[in-house]
Amino acid sequence: MLRYFKPVIFLACLAPLASLAWRAFHAELGANPIEAITHSTGTCTLVFLLITLSVTPLRKLTRQYWLINLRRMFGLFAFFYGCLHLTTYVWLDKFFDVHEMLADIAKRRFITAGLAGFVLMIPLAVTSTKGWIRRLGGKRWQALHRLIYLSAAAGVVHYIWLVKADLRSPLRYAFVLLVLLTYRIVASIASRTKAGAGVAATKIEVSQS
Amino acid sequence: MLLKKAPDIRSSEITPRSLYLNRRKFLAGAAITGVAVAAGAGLRQFIYPTTVVQAGNKIDGIQKSPFSTTETITPEKDVTHYNNYYEFSTQKEEPADLAKNFRTRPWKVKIDGLVDKKQELDVDTIIKMAPPEERIYRHRCVEGWSIVVPWVGFSLSELIKRVNPQSKAKFVEFTTLLDPNQMPGQRRAVLDWPYVEGLRMDEAMHPLALLCFGMYGEDLPNQDGAPLRIVLPWKYGFKSAKAIVRIRFTDRQPLNTWNVSAPSEYGFYSNVNPTVDHPRWSQAKERRLGEFFKRPTLMFNGYADQVASLYIGMDLKKSF
Repeated sequence: MLRYFKPVIFLACLAPLASLAWRAFHAELGANPIEAITHSTGTCTLVFLLITLSVTPLRKLTRQYWLINLRRMFGLFAFFYGCLHLTTYVWLDKFFDVHEMLADIAKRRFITAGLAGFVLMIPLAVTSTKGWIRRLGGKRWQALHRLIYLSAAAGVVHYIWLVKADLRSPLRYAFVLLVLLTYRIVASIASRTKAGAGVAATKIEVSQS
Repeated sequence: MLLKKAPDIRSSEITPRSLYLNRRKFLAGAAITGVAVAAGAGLRQFIYPTTVVQAGNKIDGIQKSPFSTTETITPEKDVTHYNNYYEFSTQKEEPADLAKNFRTRPWKVKIDGLVDKKQELDVDTIIKMAPPEERIYRHRCVEGWSIVVPWVGFSLSELIKRVNPQSKAKFVEFTTLLDPNQMPGQRRAVLDWPYVEGLRMDEAMHPLALLCFGMYGEDLPNQDGAPLRIVLPWKYGFKSAKAIVRIRFTDRQPLNTWNVSAPSEYGFYSNVNPTVDHPRWSQAKERRLGEFFKRPTLMFNGYADQVASLYIGMDLKKSF
């Protein structure tokens, strides 16, 4: 099943890009097409980061454990759209003017946050292979990949700091991220208390014997 | 020991080799689609579609103006479908549709404050005060994009002279209509409604300051500030208040809405100035809509010869 399902999901993940290309080709990106490309690739990056982060809660809550097979793909798509977003900035906004970009990174906190979010994704994309999981060992690999929390947070902050007055849209992303991170905190506390209860039970058993 | 340490990765979490598309294919696909997008965006420059714009009423007897630039005029479709008009929406594409039933008649403009005679003027009376001129102005948004628009109107000074402000009046304040029923953006406190803007008296009396009621030879479209707005081509776009219902003369510097919203980002003067950055982005360059490359932003938006004398002796970094 997954064998056929996964390519379908893969294509669906490319749909935003296809739509962007289609609209660009048909001159339907509005009066400021470069701004439209910047915004939609940025949105896609954030959306895929949040989708990636929702895999674990979703598979545990729905007991659909096979969903994990999609997580790497979603994560790599976040990175992919992040690359497009950064390329739009470097190329279409700054035209490779290194001096201007450095000034931007130092002076403009929303650029700093956005770039941080992107840079944090790089090690995750690089170590997304099976080979790297083996080399690092699952524990360390997992610890490293918790960087996605920071990356997604930086992405949301980037968006919040970018808008002029209407915070509704960035706060929606912030809310979803908050829910996804809260789930993890709650789940971790729950599993620790459960483990704690287990330890306590053992102690009682020991003392009774 | 009841605590069982889970293995690092469950076997269920390991993706079978056959299931994942290999990285090279992914990157190749990504590269191809990336190129396609870039190509599509580039092609747009060559095949701009024929513009479909709702026909407004033609304004008769429009005179040419020496203040007009000869630069290429931005297509009307862009000027009517890319509007920062927060009274309707914070999304630039939306005012075109959300403002289409906006009622611009009857429309009164209250003239008060430090004037000899406080009065309410009908917009049609105001429009007839002087012959309409076409003023093709550069218009620079604080966000870093610009357009060239053939506005129709006459100098704001024509109105001000006729309403006789007192000599104590040092500033003019403009207020936009407050009507959340018609202006859905006002139902939320994105900004402190109603929108107010202000000018120093000498700025308002400057011949470039335009009282505007048309563009592209026709009545001003609702999403561009109908029925009556001001246009101040040497200042960032937000200084040019739209749908004006009140003009008040005062001896104290009026508040302006964006300054109230974010004082460190939007000043009272807000003159276009490539050397003073917005705290969050550079103002050195701008993207003229329809152009691929950015162009350098000019001091006072290219109107320095006309307006620089208004600001002699002022520190424009402080009075931004």
